[in-house]
Amino acid sequence: MLSVTNLTAGYRRDHDVLTRISITLTPGRIVGVQGPSGCGKSTLIRVLALLHPPRSGDLRLDGETVRRFRYAAPAAQRRRVGVVFQHPRAAADPRHTLRRIVSAHLPAGAPGTETDRLAELVGLTPDLLDRRPHEVSDGQLQRACLARTLGADPRYLLCDEMTAMLDASSAAALVHLIKAQVEHHGRGALMVSHDSALLDACCDETVQWHDLGGPPAAPTGR
Amino acid sequence: MTAPPLLRVEELSVRFRLREMVVRAVTDVSFELRPGRLLALVGESGCGKSVLASTVLGLLPGNAEIRGSVRLYGNSARGGASSPSSASGPPDGLELLTASERTLARHVRGRRIALVPQSAATALTPVRTARSQLVETLRELRPDIGDRHREADRLAGRVGLEPAALDRYPHELSGGMAQRVVLALALAADPDVIIADEPTSGLDRPLVERTVDTLRELAGDGRAVLLITHDIAAAERVATDLAVMYASRIVEQGPASEVFDDPWHPYTRGLLEATPARGFRPLPGHPPSLSALPPGCAFRPRCSQRDTCTGDPALVPVAPGRALSCARLPEEGRGARGPLTGSEPIGERSC
Ligand SMILES: Nc1ncnc2c1ncn2[C@@H]1O[C@H](COP(=O)(O)OP(=O)(O)OP(=O)(O)O)[C@@H](O)[C@H]1O
Ligand SMILES: [Mg+2]
Repeated sequence: MLSVTNLTAGYRRDHDVLTRISITLTPGRIVGVQGPSGCGKSTLIRVLALLHPPRSGDLRLDGETVRRFRYAAPAAQRRRVGVVFQHPRAAADPRHTLRRIVSAHLPAGAPGTETDRLAELVGLTPDLLDRRPHEVSDGQLQRACLARTLGADPRYLLCDEMTAMLDASSAAALVHLIKAQVEHHGRGALMVSHDSALLDACCDETVQWHDLGGPPAAPTGR
Repeated sequence: MTAPPLLRVEELSVRFRLREMVVRAVTDVSFELRPGRLLALVGESGCGKSVLASTVLGLLPGNAEIRGSVRLYGNSARGGASSPSSASGPPDGLELLTASERTLARHVRGRRIALVPQSAATALTPVRTARSQLVETLRELRPDIGDRHREADRLAGRVGLEPAALDRYPHELSGGMAQRVVLALALAADPDVIIADEPTSGLDRPLVERTVDTLRELAGDGRAVLLITHDIAAAERVATDLAVMYASRIVEQGPASEVFDDPWHPYTRGLLEATPARGFRPLPGHPPSLSALPPGCAFRPRCSQRDTCTGDPALVPVAPGRALSCARLPEEGRGARGPLTGSEPIGERSC
């Protein structure tokens, strides 16, 4: 299980983005979290992915309490949690080819065919693999980012508005892929989105942001 | 009567030469952007929508080969003090594909045609507040404005941002706020033509609606808007016209309500049925590779009708205002309908 209890987190010293949030991911299940833009969904993902240290709260990964974050987190823990971010441009090194991006988290010594298999899985045609990010579309880059994440064989998969860059058909294809990954590889997935129709179509259970235990959503400046 | 177009794209094709392959990103694309109208462009990820937008603004990389024509015309519908440059100009328009970089930079980009680029939020300068970026843009594009901070606040209001949000740094803005900052930047010079590439991706419904409603209002004020979007519901909400793109070509085009109510191309139908609300069924097969397109109709390998089809991909008018690129023209589409004008501005529509 990947769970967090009473999580409080933020960026500025005088302002909490998340207050006393609790959520649990179980292998073999997809949990959806629905919330408005700017409510803090991405911050929750960053904490669960060990990328952002919380101010307080108890984060547990398969029975161990997580105490160190970012580069200080043990590699074995980091590998177990994979993330797909909303903006692939911000998540991919512009100097690398897609082949290198897709294979980034494959275990050392994995055969090159593994990269091809991952690319095929997410629907990237082979001709795209020799290109760099500026030579592919945003949606194609997002597919590469998903392939990279799956290459680490993560037990938990965190998807932050993963399909926002995709047309309806591609979004459906990738969400079906996530479902298959959860079923066949026993991964536990979290999908955060504002889109309730999307979450209803793929999650085993959907939670509303305000039911996670925090106060009403932080002001978004609407 | 129908206003003349502000932008006319004719037979536009874009190829990228890449090492040993050629990528056909845009093929024989034609459309017009008219004042008062909002054209939504939808289509599969990677089909060429952003390349099309970059072509119009002269922002393609050096390995691009371009054919066709993109002409920008003066705006007789607006003119006035807000856009002094727009009422003038040659009557046959300015050919953007051959215009110099200097002309594009000084007279077109940001001034007459504004682009809200895809993933724009990630392109904001991280070390400066949203306000300083907006004020800087105003200084450059609108030197006539005295109180730039007030104008910045006004633009913020126009896109639904609290003025106080402008004082944040990009990393302190949520995705939705950053996207609205970028829209405000695009509106700084009060352009005639607005091209918005996925301006609402990742926003929740109320913000999506607010953003696209803003675009539609901007069109209603005599501008022309091209909205590139994956959000079918958003397109349905505000578009007056719709173009559907697949594998570098426009495969169906027409008045938005007509196409949404009665899509003819099998790809359009498949795309509409893939939304979570309507079944969440992906099209069979994979997106095609634009460096190895099959001859004839590129959708054929994935088409439910492929066994009974000859595969001629030319985009032809099939009814007043509607065009289709499919060898199996729907029988009911040929002349059985009443005439459609499909070109009255938003203000005159009865919806
Ligand atoms: N500089 C380039 N060199 C070679 N190919 C390119 C280049 N830029 C884009 N492409 C290719 O051109 C095609 C069209 O890309 P484009 O970014 O226009 O797609 P899109 O329709 O905007 O997709 P999305 O919905 O994912 O944003 C893609 O197949 C892409 O791989
Ligand atoms: Mg694009």
